[in-house]
Amino acid sequence: MAEVVLTGINKWYDGKVHAVKDVNLHARDKEFMVFVGPSGCGKTTTLRMIAGLEEISSGEIRIGGRVVNDLPPMDRDIAMVFQNYALYPHKSVYANMAFGLQMRKFPKGEIEKRVQAAAEILGIESLLERKPRQLSGGQRQRVALGRAIVRHPQLFLFDEPLSNLDAKLRVQMRVELKRLHERLETTAIYVTHDQVEAMTLGDRVVVMKDGVVQQVGEPMALYSRPANRFVAGFIGSPAMNFAEVTISESGGGLWAEASGIRIKVPPASAASLRPHTGKRATLGVRPEALRIANGSDPAEYLFDATVDVVEPLGSEILLNLTAGTNALVARVDPAVNVKTHERVRLAFDPARLHFFDHATESAI
Amino acid sequence: MVIERRWKKWLYFYIPLAVFILFTLFPFYWMAVTAFRPDPELYRSWRAASATPFWTLEPTLEHFKGLLEGSEFLQWLWNTMLIAMVATIISLICGMFAGYALARLKFRGSEFLGTAIFITYLVPQTLLFIPLADIIRNMQLGNTPWALMLTYPTFLIPFCTWLLMGYFKTIPRELEECARIDGATRFGAMVRIIFPVAVPGILSAGIFAFTLSWNEFIYALVFLSSVEQKTVPVGVVSELIRGDTFFWGQLMAGALLGSVPVALAYSFFVEYYVAGLTGSVKG
Repeated sequence: MAEVVLTGINKWYDGKVHAVKDVNLHARDKEFMVFVGPSGCGKTTTLRMIAGLEEISSGEIRIGGRVVNDLPPMDRDIAMVFQNYALYPHKSVYANMAFGLQMRKFPKGEIEKRVQAAAEILGIESLLERKPRQLSGGQRQRVALGRAIVRHPQLFLFDEPLSNLDAKLRVQMRVELKRLHERLETTAIYVTHDQVEAMTLGDRVVVMKDGVVQQVGEPMALYSRPANRFVAGFIGSPAMNFAEVTISESGGGLWAEASGIRIKVPPASAASLRPHTGKRATLGVRPEALRIANGSDPAEYLFDATVDVVEPLGSEILLNLTAGTNALVARVDPAVNVKTHERVRLAFDPARLHFFDHATESAI
Repeated sequence: MVIERRWKKWLYFYIPLAVFILFTLFPFYWMAVTAFRPDPELYRSWRAASATPFWTLEPTLEHFKGLLEGSEFLQWLWNTMLIAMVATIISLICGMFAGYALARLKFRGSEFLGTAIFITYLVPQTLLFIPLADIIRNMQLGNTPWALMLTYPTFLIPFCTWLLMGYFKTIPRELEECARIDGATRFGAMVRIIFPVAVPGILSAGIFAFTLSWNEFIYALVFLSSVEQKTVPVGVVSELIRGDTFFWGQLMAGALLGSVPVALAYSFFVEYYVAGLTGSVKG
């Protein structure tokens, strides 16, 4: 049980590559915090600095109130699950799980009790005598988890633990991980490049890019109020549609204009957008905030587009559209019947429009 | 079509393989036949009517008897075994630590050191024995097994280090990182996790080192002088060629007996050995 505080963390490789830039984070006690971002964004490096596997160039890391900068990994009271599981190939499942306890000189009876308990939680009691190479991917994953939980550490670290599993198993393990965390109530930091994993697992999600934290927040907050264009595009699938627009004023209202699209800026955004009048901005709209117009929609939020590709997914239909030079994706009701090359009229949900500064890319 | 494939397989696979095997095994065969061939048959002209150069009609053990009774062969065998064992163990231990350090630790000049060690291995023994002879004389180790036990590692350690460095690099880094988080020190992780996982590589290095010291000739020839201190390769050559007389039968019997332990070591470890050469570790 511990909170983790990162203050002004930087990582330089050989004094040349600035991999992590001035990261400040606070993972609360019992929180499940997820670092997400594209590869090379510094999320794994940050995790490895917390683990003590990577030196900290500058800044301070506290785990449970204790500064751990100069502590070796073994003294930080953490457990880590690696992407490739890192099971000791020459040891049985039991010995793999017992290793950490043996190193800490736990009595034999206690080790046995803890390994049994962990094996029971993970449903691997029958595998204890096997060697890692005799296990399937999912089983190895469980053993790696078991090895982490027998230690009862104050902090769990996960480095993309599910990315070596096939899609179906990944969904299943995701749910199990979440259940496990509820049960163990231990602070956890989890690194992934998969935004779905981040959204489903995290109590709070940290979005990173190029070594910089872009936004920290609860999953739904990231989704509905992205801090900048990167977060908006990274969170959500299919990704948010973007269009370069010019803001202009006419008839007492603000209008956003792009090739093939002309919509009124909703009153809620008007005040903050007014200084951008006559300038360019980026309009962002999620595929699920677009729908086929039904006649009762206000005319200020309508536009026409041509259907390029129809992707029927069963529970929904994805329409790939072109409006002027802008390519858009709309997620519409499966009852909608449209064909390729058809011309359709679409409506924006005015409450769910996002505007981003053209230069800084931050939300307006 | 199937038939065509079959003759192609013969042409490109079985026949070249047979030629290759014949070529590599023939010296061994020749050695074995000569060791069992009685003297009259050995010194008969090839052109004699009854000559059978590729086999023998009256196999005999007289050469083995002569070798074991008339020379110090068993003593040489023991010397060779002892020297090869000690030199191998010293070299393996040094090579394991050095190889690990070069593979895993980042320190200034580590790459240069790796290359330097490899270059040491390339310096020919025929040059090195001259300064080494001086050192051996100064330390008064001449004509003792220590002369070889301590000089063989000069070429075995670079060899073991280089081979094991390559092997350690194939072991996922996460294994020892995990061990270090689990509560092991760097040294503990190396000894408890990396070395056990590297057993195939360590055995391969050991077998190679053992064979190299077993067959070593020039140091043994230079540093050892008395008959009872000699190793098999030197003893057989220096004691069984008297003047310009070659005791072919005993020479070959000695060579045959001398190669048996190495062959046994190979076949005993062959499974690990092959795994070591291909260097596969899967988590």
